[in-house]
Amino acid sequence: MTSTPPVPALPPPDLPVRRLRHPGRWIAGALVVLVLGLLLWAFAVGKIRWPIVGEFLTAPVILKGFGWTLLITLCALVLGIVLGFAFGMMRLSANPVLRFASWLYVWVFRGTPVLLQLLIWFNIALIFPRLYIPGLVDMKMVEAVTPFVAAVLGLGVNEGSYLTEVVRGGIGSVDRGQVEAANTLGMTPGQTMRRIVLPQTMRLILPVLGNSAVGMLKFSSLAATIAMTEMLNAAQRIYFINGAVIELLFVCAIWYLAGTTVLSIGQYYLERHFGRSAGGRA
Amino acid sequence: MTVAVRTVGIRKRFGDHEVLKGIDLEVSHGEVLCILGPSGSGKSTLLRCINHLEVPDGGYAWVDGQIIGYDLQGDRLHELPVRRLRAQQSQLGMVFQHFNLFAHRTVLGNVIEGPMVVRRLPREAAVKRAMELLDMVGMAEKAGAWPSQLSGGQKQRVAIARALAMEPRVMLFDEPTSALDPELVGEVLEVMRRLAASGTTMIVVTHEIGFAREVADRVVVMIDGEIRESGPAAQVLADPADPRVRSFLGRVLARPSENTTENTQQRG
Ligand SMILES: Nc1ncnc2c1ncn2[C@@H]1O[C@H](COP(=O)(O)OP(=O)(O)O)[C@@H](O)[C@H]1O
Ligand SMILES: [Mg+2]
Repeated sequence: MTSTPPVPALPPPDLPVRRLRHPGRWIAGALVVLVLGLLLWAFAVGKIRWPIVGEFLTAPVILKGFGWTLLITLCALVLGIVLGFAFGMMRLSANPVLRFASWLYVWVFRGTPVLLQLLIWFNIALIFPRLYIPGLVDMKMVEAVTPFVAAVLGLGVNEGSYLTEVVRGGIGSVDRGQVEAANTLGMTPGQTMRRIVLPQTMRLILPVLGNSAVGMLKFSSLAATIAMTEMLNAAQRIYFINGAVIELLFVCAIWYLAGTTVLSIGQYYLERHFGRSAGGRA
Repeated sequence: MTVAVRTVGIRKRFGDHEVLKGIDLEVSHGEVLCILGPSGSGKSTLLRCINHLEVPDGGYAWVDGQIIGYDLQGDRLHELPVRRLRAQQSQLGMVFQHFNLFAHRTVLGNVIEGPMVVRRLPREAAVKRAMELLDMVGMAEKAGAWPSQLSGGQKQRVAIARALAMEPRVMLFDEPTSALDPELVGEVLEVMRRLAASGTTMIVVTHEIGFAREVADRVVVMIDGEIRESGPAAQVLADPADPRVRSFLGRVLARPSENTTENTQQRG
């Protein structure tokens, strides 16, 4: 006969469980709340005239400055993306001259500070007094390169040099086999690039583009140094007169934060759109 | 039967390594040719030279009256501009070992891509035809799925449908089951078997001896960039003349072949 070993008396399966406490988490949380509270209190009683912050937050001059900030950001970003894709594809070209040109572009513009580049663009008239393209333009360079144009060129060309590297990496990471599959279906190089390679590159470089947009919004404040009345410059002009330095800088901080928040939200949805083929969803 | 594909003295070298030493082949319309041979013997390179994914150093492939990649003018071959080359390539269906599905397109999107972009079919017509093909390979229910959600066998069946959607004159298969888990090989071979039965001209590089024996009209064995043996499957497999072919086949046949007809019938 089979003799099973004696089973010890086991408790029933539905006994109440006393969960482990985590006092450490509570203490850490309380500490952080305390520090945040202290900071808030410090700023509330500090020498900031909050009513002035509120007053200038929607002042026409500031809003107009913020409008310029957004416009510089948008134009420079578009220019950077166009240049990034153009030079990124050139870098992968079969033509060594194109590859060298792309390398040179990145070498120059990634190797010098963007503030310096802004100043050079702004003063480009010192090198080329006239802008002359036969049959198209013939004007004084100082008139062509306004502070706005210099800001967009400076920020956009610089951004393009970063994005060139990103695009090159993104394109390089798209599976060679898919390109060959497209070839055997009869797709031309242009069709393959547009329909197969670039959409998959987008998924990889969108996070970088999102960071670029956020960075660009902030870097556009550098245009204040070349007499472009974007938001920071506008704020400076006001506080030189009324002395409300901190109040106006806080106004700018609030608007920059609002802008970067909106960009981050947009980035989230774009990434979700391009990431949908990653799988996991039926 | 009329000749569908002919390779004429195709040679290819990578650096010092002569991978193809002048390959002459002929495949008739509706014929299934299986290419066997040890790894590294140049089988993939031969297929890739036929459809001009690699440019041969010498020789050329001829498909239904056209020389692939060239235009014959007088006594000279002129390299074709890329658009005309692609038009030719679209008539040679290629199935890759690693599927190479477009990762950002659904199953249906993969199959309609070529017809819509290259043949400029309207979307409805492309979808209708694609669904027929997906049905044929047993993937119609997965039309909306992404490649990353499919098993290897399912991916390969979609890849076959994608190639067929271009209505190619010949189908080239480069080890279509070598990247699959053993239990998924049968479903792909079953699709290929049906294709063969429907009269498709096929050139199949494979290690599936059972498939070659059963489906191939002719088998060639390649070793070191040369065709060492060629003939009806039964003859080549049972009684190869070349000693190196005999030793190669001995090694392959010693492996248990799991994918003969009997156990490919019960597929999921
Ligand atoms: N693009 C390439 N560059 C250099 N060598 C290659 C390339 N493609 C294939 N080879 C070499 O050519 C030989 C034949 O390769 P392949 O045609 O893939 O053989 P098989 O398909 O029969 O296994 C191998 O030695 C391989 O390393
Ligand atoms: Mg191979």
